[in-house]
Amino acid sequence: MNTGTHNYVKLVVLALATLFTMIAASYARDLAYQVHMVIFMIVAGGLFLVTLRATDEPAKPIPTNEYFDSVVRAGVIATAFWGVVGFLVGVVIAFQLAFPQLNFAWAEGYANFGRLRPLHTSAVIFAFGGNALIASSFFIVQRTSAARLWGGNLGWFVFWGYQLFIVLAATGYLLGGTQSKEYAEPEWYVDIWLTVVWVAFLACFLGTIIKRKEPHIYVANWFLLSFIVTVAMLHIVNNISIPVSIWGSKSVQVFSGVQDAMVQWWYGHNAVGFFLTAGFLGMMYYFVPKQAERPVFSYKLSIIHFWALIFLYIWAGPHHLHYTALPDWASTLGMVFSIILWMPSWGGMINGLMTLQGAWDKLRTDPVLRMMVTSLAFYGMSTFEGPMMSIRSVNSLSHYTDWTIGHVHSGALGWNGLITFGALYYLVPVLWKRERLYSLSLVSWHFWLATIGIVLYAASMWVTGIMEGLMWREVDANGFLVNSFADTVSAKFPMYVVRGLGGVLFLAGSLIMCYNLWMTVRAAPAKATLGTAVPAE
Amino acid sequence: METYSLLREFADSWMLLVLFCIFVGVWVWVIRPGSGAVHDEAKNMIFRNDDRPAPREEANK
Repeated sequence: MNTGTHNYVKLVVLALATLFTMIAASYARDLAYQVHMVIFMIVAGGLFLVTLRATDEPAKPIPTNEYFDSVVRAGVIATAFWGVVGFLVGVVIAFQLAFPQLNFAWAEGYANFGRLRPLHTSAVIFAFGGNALIASSFFIVQRTSAARLWGGNLGWFVFWGYQLFIVLAATGYLLGGTQSKEYAEPEWYVDIWLTVVWVAFLACFLGTIIKRKEPHIYVANWFLLSFIVTVAMLHIVNNISIPVSIWGSKSVQVFSGVQDAMVQWWYGHNAVGFFLTAGFLGMMYYFVPKQAERPVFSYKLSIIHFWALIFLYIWAGPHHLHYTALPDWASTLGMVFSIILWMPSWGGMINGLMTLQGAWDKLRTDPVLRMMVTSLAFYGMSTFEGPMMSIRSVNSLSHYTDWTIGHVHSGALGWNGLITFGALYYLVPVLWKRERLYSLSLVSWHFWLATIGIVLYAASMWVTGIMEGLMWREVDANGFLVNSFADTVSAKFPMYVVRGLGGVLFLAGSLIMCYNLWMTVRAAPAKATLGTAVPAE
Repeated sequence: METYSLLREFADSWMLLVLFCIFVGVWVWVIRPGSGAVHDEAKNMIFRNDDRPAPREEANK
């Protein structure tokens, strides 16, 4: 099919999509659905006009002698942008918990804690983390395959399609369009859209690996591919639901009761395992050796790390459902597999850290490497803490308390956050062809602000979590509970303020990073041009 | 036999054995004699092809 007919097919599809979403917007049964259909309509209509203008114009040839880096640059910008948004919402809701007056009456039903909380989690995990993962997968798979990204402009579809998913998810939460599954809140049509984008992502990634010019598939790509494939599987199974009406956002889950709970936490824990762990380990196995300018400590260990993680992680989900209607054998299974996970997690951490063997002095001069090493330390800490909390007797104290929140954030801010910042500091000079970063001392500022912020966050949540766990189970001589729920709420106030301040420091660090990266592009000296001329993209 | 019990029995026996053997097989494959050179080559590949894709001739290597 030549580009001409290709465009006509596109025009027909876009015109039909615009028409359908127009009808849907007018028949809409709820506000979230209506707003989403208007967004779809504007996007489809706009793309129709753009495609129409490009029809019968000579197509721009795709340069095969260079990497497809423009989409990675866009991904880097999106990562930084959504990061700041996600951290900001996190700070807001942290203070909403400390000072409930911040749930303003005029914003009730839109910007109260209950509506903003999923916005925060999705913004940091899927918008910040997801964009970081997509951008670095595209970057890494091209370099390690020595081939341009497969699929022509499909990479752009993945990028913009994913941003559209984020906007739909975020606006949906504020307007009440949610299926109430943690980390899987978006409703059925948003889920379908994400599935389409994800399949395109898989095609780009796999296509590049298939046409690679290196004989071996580098281990980072194994981690990234397992992340893409597993997330697709988890997303589809956990979102099997039947819409009440095609004109409304509400849907009904096919699973019910304890089966639904098990599917949800099979999804939920593997979202941690494959999105926030396997995917980011893919980044680690590329960016840490590159930044240290040394190959990974042991390639054998990295392969065993990969397979052990894959074999074990998928079973760990039931540890979220101790003391529930879930059969004991299932939650014991989840607990045992969580504990066995200690080994691959620490194997991987040691592999990353030992990559610096013989180059430890670089930590003194390179704050970016310091950030990556600290992120590995947090990976080790949170993968130690997690299995410990999955033990049934520990869980009886920690579950439903802020200890869980502290654990999640030492992993998310410490491991995912810092490794992503490290990757961004590596990527920006490379992608914009700059000699170096604008300022290393600003990187140091970011490093210390982020690290102190995480320490404040995690420490205050340990204290408040264990405190409230102990308060809840305290009984007097007659067997009556000593504390009411409200007693724990007031006892937690100082720790909530400390946690909020930790968030402020982390947010401030990320703003410094944005300034530094911006100035790197604007003001850092350009890299000396290479011998052969490369056409500008 | 009902589907649940059937699948449960299969998962507890043959499937467990197969997965365990695959996992042990991975270890054996990774530490097989001669893998060291292959792994050295693989872990150093990230230091080439930084700026542009490998030219066509290398594809046929």
